[in-house]
Amino acid sequence: MNRYKLRTGISRALLLVFACVMGAFFALPLLWLLTAPFSTQANLSVTFPEQPSLANFEAVFANKFAIRALFQNNLIIGGGVMILVASIATLASYGLSRARVPGRNVLVYILILFSSVVSGTAAMVPLFLLIFNLGLIDTYQGVILVMTGGLLPSAIFIMRDFVDSIPRSYEEAALVAGASSYRMFRDVAFPLVRPGVMVVAIWAFVNAWGAFLIPSVLLRSPEHMPASIAFYSFYTEAGTPNITLVSAYAFLYTIPVLLLYLIVNWRFGFRFFGGIKS
Amino acid sequence: MSQITLDNVVKRFGSVVAVDHVSLTIAEGEFVALLGPSGCGKTTTLRLIAGLEIADEGRITIGDRDVTYLAPAARDVAMVFQDYALYPHMTILDNIGYPLKVRGVSTPERTARVTEVARELQIGDLLARRPSQLSGGQQQRASVARAVVHQAVAFLFDEPLSNLDAQLRLEARAFLKHLQNELGATSVYVTHDQAEAMALADRIVVMRLGKIMQVGAPLEVYRNPANTFVASFIGSPPMNLLSGKVLLGQGQFVLDDGETVIDMGQVYQRLERPPQDGQAITLGIRPEHITIHTEPRPFAIPGALYVVQPMGGETLVNVRVGSKLVTVRLFQDEPPALPEKVWLEPALEWSFVYGADGARLQ
Ligand SMILES: Nc1ncnc2c1ncn2[C@@H]1O[C@H](COP(=O)(O)OP(=O)(O)OP(=O)(O)O)[C@@H](O)[C@H]1O
Ligand SMILES: [Mg+2]
Repeated sequence: MNRYKLRTGISRALLLVFACVMGAFFALPLLWLLTAPFSTQANLSVTFPEQPSLANFEAVFANKFAIRALFQNNLIIGGGVMILVASIATLASYGLSRARVPGRNVLVYILILFSSVVSGTAAMVPLFLLIFNLGLIDTYQGVILVMTGGLLPSAIFIMRDFVDSIPRSYEEAALVAGASSYRMFRDVAFPLVRPGVMVVAIWAFVNAWGAFLIPSVLLRSPEHMPASIAFYSFYTEAGTPNITLVSAYAFLYTIPVLLLYLIVNWRFGFRFFGGIKS
Repeated sequence: MSQITLDNVVKRFGSVVAVDHVSLTIAEGEFVALLGPSGCGKTTTLRLIAGLEIADEGRITIGDRDVTYLAPAARDVAMVFQDYALYPHMTILDNIGYPLKVRGVSTPERTARVTEVARELQIGDLLARRPSQLSGGQQQRASVARAVVHQAVAFLFDEPLSNLDAQLRLEARAFLKHLQNELGATSVYVTHDQAEAMALADRIVVMRLGKIMQVGAPLEVYRNPANTFVASFIGSPPMNLLSGKVLLGQGQFVLDDGETVIDMGQVYQRLERPPQDGQAITLGIRPEHITIHTEPRPFAIPGALYVVQPMGGETLVNVRVGSKLVTVRLFQDEPPALPEKVWLEPALEWSFVYGADGARLQ
């Protein structure tokens, strides 16, 4: 009995140490992101500034190009991708889950397989040509469409699992109660899958927010560039980053994502309803 | 309220024939129970009436409308689901009011009607809650309330009591019967519990493998099971079924073990289709139609006592006859003291004789 206790005690202690190391590994960069922007001579170590200042932010806000990239271009691209991915994935996954389509599983897997190719480096040339021929080079629409196409299969996959987990009898009850298909979807099916829609929407937004490759290939003019590219405006001619400014910009860069998460969580919640008797 | 008819309805799922040429007429105001073992097609039949499945063959009419290919919304029926299917994101008030809402009933009127129905079903003070905050019995009432809140032409129930515990189920059963007596609505009720069907229904439809085995009033089905399947399904404990051979000359019945012989007296002559000599038949006797004796008697079958099960108001005695266990039901609460060897005297005037195909010979 005692030996057993000792063994579990040791393994617990080891687990704790391991968890602390892992936690520190992930927490340090975040800590840096909280301290560096407010110090005047930041470096890559975490030191609390003796005299916190907002001078870095002043410098960043003076950079009109970077600010437009963050608060206009990124929001347009991220928002567009989010809305498109969430709405198309909802409808598609709902259809794939509820309709008796032969080979629907194969269809989703093939789509996923292709999506990793579509949004990957290998497809950049054909994608560029496609967008070029559509006349969408250097437009938000071009970037939004390509990113949406890349994210949709995985989004559909996630959502379908979610829709599958919702019993059909809710929808059937609404249909028998006299609702049309559209009415049933609006009143019953959509509210039930909404937590899933929110997960996919945020996931799509975050993906678009951090995207670098696709916008750098499909966009040309500086006023269309997203923030991930605008980071380079804080590099010197020689290519070395100005760490204080980069950290301040990175700080601003994370805020919209955090805000979106908090708002969605507060407004809709990521909770799952229970409530069917089984 | 309307009559419902099914005319040679067939529904297949791939190679499975879930509903196999079912024809049935449910009169206006009648309460019909679909009864059968798991997978016999009860739910599918109900869903065909509701419009949640579309028949592969045959016609379905409700009232004087052919609804075979109509959408559920156009059929104007109300359904209580086995899992209740109360919308988890709505309050009970909105749940019950939903059929009214889609019909465009104004909010004040809707609230008034929901409140009235809910009060009748004794869930009036739960209207502000979510379904997950209700007990099983309350959820069941809420789903019944949602079904009765608007004047549907028919009510469909899919095992609405199967998720309740035994005590609550009896209560809810009485409550449903009372509701039915008050509403007088055309109802189709799916269950695999024969006691529930007997207690509630005006008529019972016994199904097996997608086919209707027998249709009749509960007592009629109980007293005259048309085949061995119905005989073994209706009644608790079920009928004793002994298979054996006819010895016509001696007026005897030899059990499969070849030793036990029952003198059938006049039984063979009374049959509509008298059996051939040597024909294999099944003899069915209800547990309450057997008397136990401790001494040999003419016409009594010898057997070995297996167990005695006191049930409270009655006592069940299992006796081994040949390789079969025969159940005897005694209407006495005190379990009798019985020796190892007993003699069973069947009341042959209450016995049933079935042919090798399971169909009744009377
Ligand atoms: N959507 C479906 N797809 C394929 N097969 C189905 C489907 N629905 C029912 N079946 C099959 O049809 C047959 C009848 O099913 P049904 O649900 O009507 O049975 P049931 O009598 O209601 O049984 P239970 O008492 O278990 O609910 C079963 O063999 C079942 O497997
Ligand atoms: Mg069923």
